[in-house]
Amino acid sequence: MTDSMQTDSVDPGRTLLAVDDLRTTFSIPAGDVKAVRGVSFSLDRGRTLGIVGESGSGKTVLARSIMRLNIGSNVTTTGTATFAGRDVLSLSMSEMQEQWGMEMAMVFQDPVTSLNPLVRVGRQVTEHLRSHLGVSRAEAHKTAVSLLNEVRIPEPEARLKAFPHELSGGMRQRICIAIALACEPTLLFADEPTTALDVTVQHQILNLLGREQRDRDMAMVLVTHDLGVVAGRTDDTLVMYAGKVVEQSPTTSLFASMRHPYSEALLRSLPRTSHASHTRLAAITGRPPDLIDPPSGCAFSPRCPYVQDRCRDEVPPLTTGGSGDDPDHAFACFTPVGSPEGAEAFARNVSDGLPQAVAVDLPTGDQMSAPLPTGNERIV
Amino acid sequence: MAAGTGSRMSFFTRICAGWLIVIVLGAIFADLIPGLKDPNYQGFLFGDGATNERPSWNHLMGTDNNSRDILARIVYGARVSLVVSMTAVVMGSVFGGFFGALVGFVRGKTDATIMAAVDVILAFPGLVLLLTVVTLLGRRDLMVIAAVVGFLSIPPYTRVARATALAVSRREFVMAARAIGTRKRTILFREIIPNCLPTLMAFALVNAAVIILLEGALAFLGLSVEPPTASWGNMVNAARVDLTINVWPAIWPSLALVFTVYSLNNVGDHLRRSKAVRSAAL
Amino acid sequence: MAGSGKAHLRPDDEVLIRVEDLVVEFPVGRGRTVKAVSGISFDIAKGETLGLVGESGCGKSTTGRALIQLPSPTSGSVRHGLVELTDLSDEAMRRRRTDIQMIFQDPISSLNPRRTVGDIVAEPLRVWGPHDKAEQKALVDRMLDAVGIDPDAARDKHPHEFSGGQCQRISIARSLVVDPELLICDEPVSALDVSVQAQILNLLEDLKAEYGLTLVFIAHDLAVVKNVSDRVAVMYLGKLCEVAGPDELYANAAHPYTALLLGSIPEPDPEVVVDEGLVDSGELPSPIDPPSGCRFRTRCPHATDRCAAEEPQMREVAEGHHVACHHPLVAVAE
Repeated sequence: MTDSMQTDSVDPGRTLLAVDDLRTTFSIPAGDVKAVRGVSFSLDRGRTLGIVGESGSGKTVLARSIMRLNIGSNVTTTGTATFAGRDVLSLSMSEMQEQWGMEMAMVFQDPVTSLNPLVRVGRQVTEHLRSHLGVSRAEAHKTAVSLLNEVRIPEPEARLKAFPHELSGGMRQRICIAIALACEPTLLFADEPTTALDVTVQHQILNLLGREQRDRDMAMVLVTHDLGVVAGRTDDTLVMYAGKVVEQSPTTSLFASMRHPYSEALLRSLPRTSHASHTRLAAITGRPPDLIDPPSGCAFSPRCPYVQDRCRDEVPPLTTGGSGDDPDHAFACFTPVGSPEGAEAFARNVSDGLPQAVAVDLPTGDQMSAPLPTGNERIV
Repeated sequence: MAAGTGSRMSFFTRICAGWLIVIVLGAIFADLIPGLKDPNYQGFLFGDGATNERPSWNHLMGTDNNSRDILARIVYGARVSLVVSMTAVVMGSVFGGFFGALVGFVRGKTDATIMAAVDVILAFPGLVLLLTVVTLLGRRDLMVIAAVVGFLSIPPYTRVARATALAVSRREFVMAARAIGTRKRTILFREIIPNCLPTLMAFALVNAAVIILLEGALAFLGLSVEPPTASWGNMVNAARVDLTINVWPAIWPSLALVFTVYSLNNVGDHLRRSKAVRSAAL
Repeated sequence: MAGSGKAHLRPDDEVLIRVEDLVVEFPVGRGRTVKAVSGISFDIAKGETLGLVGESGCGKSTTGRALIQLPSPTSGSVRHGLVELTDLSDEAMRRRRTDIQMIFQDPISSLNPRRTVGDIVAEPLRVWGPHDKAEQKALVDRMLDAVGIDPDAARDKHPHEFSGGQCQRISIARSLVVDPELLICDEPVSALDVSVQAQILNLLEDLKAEYGLTLVFIAHDLAVVKNVSDRVAVMYLGKLCEVAGPDELYANAAHPYTALLLGSIPEPDPEVVVDEGLVDSGELPSPIDPPSGCRFRTRCPHATDRCAAEEPQMREVAEGHHVACHHPLVAVAE
């Protein structure tokens, strides 16, 4: 991924997907839910992009919008998503049919509900192959066996005869991955592929996805709420909050220095095994914003420890830092973390007693110096 | 019940709800409606009008083959439909709802026993039971018909309530109530039953429609209330013989039946949808 | 692991709850039973937080529920002070419920959607008193305030008007309003977003200090468990593998399963090299027909014939660090 503002200047030969100002809105009786509010990014062939955010950040809706999987008369998507030279958002549904599976595929969060419980696994894999590639039954079966081998399912012949409920969650997710990979897509969306799985199985599945992505030179978008999942496994990362990208950067550069207060807060609120037991967590105060009527200015401003008056009125643009910063590392903040403005803003907020600033202004090291702020300020 | 709040009724559903209200109010206050004729007044016997009159200002829906005002008979006939269906709904949801919620919550032997009884009743042909009771009692008034239809309604409600209670019992708030030390009886009444009510309500509306049709069918077969008491079903039955002369006496009650049943289904669907929204939000 | 044995239990006078040889089995038809918990022993000292950690199907939630006898265990003993809870009648157990309270994984599902928040939090008081309405209201308000919910704004609202994190706070308020000794937290944060999870974990730590609570914290997330626990017990397929203090356990995991779990955690740090070579053939055996001997042996890289033949017993590898393994990853101090 490169900086969004330069999407048209990148080498068209390598760029697989270029998304520009994508907006998705769901109309419900209570109003218009602005789930994605202007997202731009581009993804090169063979690269991996992590999209990180909490529930309601729009990460899943974004992925589904590009795949055109948001069904319903109440959904509107605007902007463009240029995939291999064509704007997929303007394709007809029958043209999309050729894209699904063949060019783009998706692995979903819940391996239990994404397989048809009444159909044997084998038929679900081979039917997909036969409808897309038009191969014979015998050939499809052979391919299915080799696919199952590839996703490391032992005894593939026997598993193909099984019903989904006879397999464990990890096995089912492997089957879903095999189906997604069957027609050799150039872009794979993995939408929280391991959230429903145990940690040891998650590890196996992420390894599997990484290996397949490398071996096939396939581009992959990994959607997750877990910063730990993107850390070791993606080239670039988008951090989303309230339907917007707040920070986008090569993953190593992002973790080396998080510039947006939300990214920093998300990382600091995670319990880590490398921390001593009973380490106080820097919780993010408050709750995610209302997407029907999002706050004016920066959406994170009501919870941000660095917030200034300007942030409440004006939406900060996605820009890169000054000289010396990674030129591909963009963030949308007036008072970024690690900048003099940020430090000044934070000090001012602490001395003004702003709850969200006080809550994360933790004494380092000594955890005994009670009473600490809880991050539990009243939120009803 | 707050089931309707939070979801909007479409214009069409409003019309359906309005029709139901008109029917209910009409049936209750039939005697007070100004200008409404006596449903059993046979005008031609007194030289006042004829049989099988076409609709006119005097008789808005015309008269039947006994020269009775059809509009009046439809309004009074609604009483039969409503009394029978309300009895069925009340008996079904009170007894069926209670037994279903109880056995869905406590499970075990009580469950096996009550559900076995329910299955026996369900397997028993309702028509035969009705005929037997009517013959034994030697009368066929509204109370007897309503009681029998009501009794036969208990099993389906029991099944619906049991299924809902099984699902509700698995929710963690029931476990939480037990962990607090709440008595089982209190849990049943405070936690289980209130959460079965929305489902039962939606079922009741659809079921009311089924019962109204059933009464119509029984009346058509001559097994419902005895003439001259008007019921939509026996009106159609009576009009049958003169169908070639005048179709109106058959059409009006049929339309009333169709509109009422359709409205009940439509409003029932609406309630179920708004309930679905609620449980999704929960 | 299949860890049996009681070497890790502490003297009676230190413990609030002692569980011995706990077995919970559920019939699943055709004469088969799911062996959810197969003979585990542990104890909980007053004022400590015991973390019970393991993957789905390890029996950790079943163990938590067995502590409050919902349902009663198939066999074994759960002793609370001098009272043997498994011997109590239903009514006698019901009367003790205020001592041990529980909060659940799904904060929204654990609140009755048809009742108001004030009503929900007051429920335990309606059962146990005080029965005076004004006194009840004062207690409810104080408790809601303690968990960070404004009582005046929340009292008359229904649970669906609150977010998941707020519902979990309300749930906590309900369980603490009767002033319990022990609070069992069954995956209390796993349904919550990361930012809210931290708020709830901090809140539990604060309430524990304020009300002198003893906690059993059940979770699958090792980082969360480490953060809140004073002692951690790792479970696998109905058995206990390893018991130790959190810092000791995470630094010197002695059981191969603990090591596998720790190695699988995705660390939010790209410098940490993802260990793709981590040996794990992956499938959890059926709890209906678990492996003989050590239950982890089918996935264990160190398994030998002895592991199939003989069930390992709990033994001490360092002070306060016990493991049930024939081939522990640390030297055994004999």
